[in-house]
Amino acid sequence: MTSSGAGVSETASALCFALILLVPFAMAGLALINTGLGRSRSAAHSMMASLMAVAIAALVYFVIGFSWQGFAGGPVHTLSVGGKPWNWIAAEPFFMRGLQFDGSSSSLIVLLQIFSVGLAALIPLGAGADRWRLGAICASTALLAGLTYPLFANWVWGGGWLSQLGANYGLGYGFVDAGGSSSIQVVGGLTALSLAWILAPRRGKYSAEGMPAAVPGHNAVLVALGCFLATVGWCGLNSAGAILFAHGEADGCVLVTLNTLLAGASAGLTAAAITQVRFGKPDASLTVNGWIGGLVASSAACAFVKPAAAVLVGIIAGALVTFAVEWLEFELKVDDPGGAISVHAVSGIWGVLAVGIVAHFPTGYSIAGSDSGQWLSQLIGIATLMGFVLPMTYGLNWLLNRVYPQRVDIEGERQGMDLHELGADAYPDFVTHADEFIQR
Amino acid sequence: MKIAGFFLLLAGWALVAATLALLGSAAARTGFVLAGIGVEIVGMILVARSHLPVREDRD
Repeated sequence: MTSSGAGVSETASALCFALILLVPFAMAGLALINTGLGRSRSAAHSMMASLMAVAIAALVYFVIGFSWQGFAGGPVHTLSVGGKPWNWIAAEPFFMRGLQFDGSSSSLIVLLQIFSVGLAALIPLGAGADRWRLGAICASTALLAGLTYPLFANWVWGGGWLSQLGANYGLGYGFVDAGGSSSIQVVGGLTALSLAWILAPRRGKYSAEGMPAAVPGHNAVLVALGCFLATVGWCGLNSAGAILFAHGEADGCVLVTLNTLLAGASAGLTAAAITQVRFGKPDASLTVNGWIGGLVASSAACAFVKPAAAVLVGIIAGALVTFAVEWLEFELKVDDPGGAISVHAVSGIWGVLAVGIVAHFPTGYSIAGSDSGQWLSQLIGIATLMGFVLPMTYGLNWLLNRVYPQRVDIEGERQGMDLHELGADAYPDFVTHADEFIQR
Repeated sequence: MKIAGFFLLLAGWALVAATLALLGSAAARTGFVLAGIGVEIVGMILVARSHLPVREDRD
């Protein structure tokens, strides 16, 4: 199995490898943002959980995940529906057996995907901050990397039925998502929503009348640094995705990177402006979350829009994140310390929809399909995320919670996750030891 | 309410998927896909309402 059926040139292959190596910066960025937006007494736990999540995701994806995701042109299980073939899951061997890691497009896809699944695994950590047990994080990540992510990624990137909507039903070019707005971001964001529901709000977050208490993040510097790192990582993620999944060439990466940066920047500025107008001062955490929301939204259409359209995508994403954070906290009583649901699920869905509204596919685009009906393909993808992925990820985590309670006990929450689960604080100098002040 | 909500989410998606297989015209497909998404939105509302914290759970 050496070719994905849609090979890339040698130049694009070399560039793609270098771009994939930038993706861990996006992971580092998300980890820092999640940590900075949580409490100081859970900071070490948050970073430790990020490492564990990436490690578990990589290993589980290596063992079983890739065998169910596969790549376009590889072996698949197919259903015949109304005379049309629906590829619904890949049939690659476990442990990535048979793959040749030789710089071919299939091997580059594997490399990008093993980083992407790690990125998706980090997203729920933002929603479960300050109360999600380390063991449960590992188990939940295994479910995400072994089942939920590979299945949907197969439908989008592995030649599955969503990507075939164009060829089978004449709906545009099928469901299009170059950089992972849906398969990475929305899948991670919906898992975050499921966990926020299952874990329930932190103690003291809501009063008896249902009013939320402000629990500010403990380190805005970490959050802002995470945003810078994530921007670098996203440029690599989107550019590599455009080459491997949107049949782009090396010279297209300039436009993709520009679009990514413009979407993030305009989203961040929009969030800052909205909070300035509404609250009198710009809010740092919402500005960062808006920026990341812009990056998330840019991913799907990054290879098919002009820079002005990328700015529009970013502006709408920034506004959506700002209002979604408030709506979830005040109206739906969802406690999401890192804003993961608004940033990744809401912005990701907007990014997917934006493909059907603002994307222009080049003449002679190499995927079978037509220019009409693209927006309907995107809507079908969104319906699948909401109607299939959300119940699946909620159901899996609900079952896990029945056999292994995911929320820390009352004492652990009071003490802080660092001391309770790791036995040491992230900032030991902050701790006041009473016995040090006793006169001897 | 939670179970009904998730049932509606799945039912909405099934409606969308069935539309592709059963209907040929673009207008009918569009209408039924939008209807399926409408069913999913009702399901989301039910699921979200079922997760609102009850008074006894709060501090």
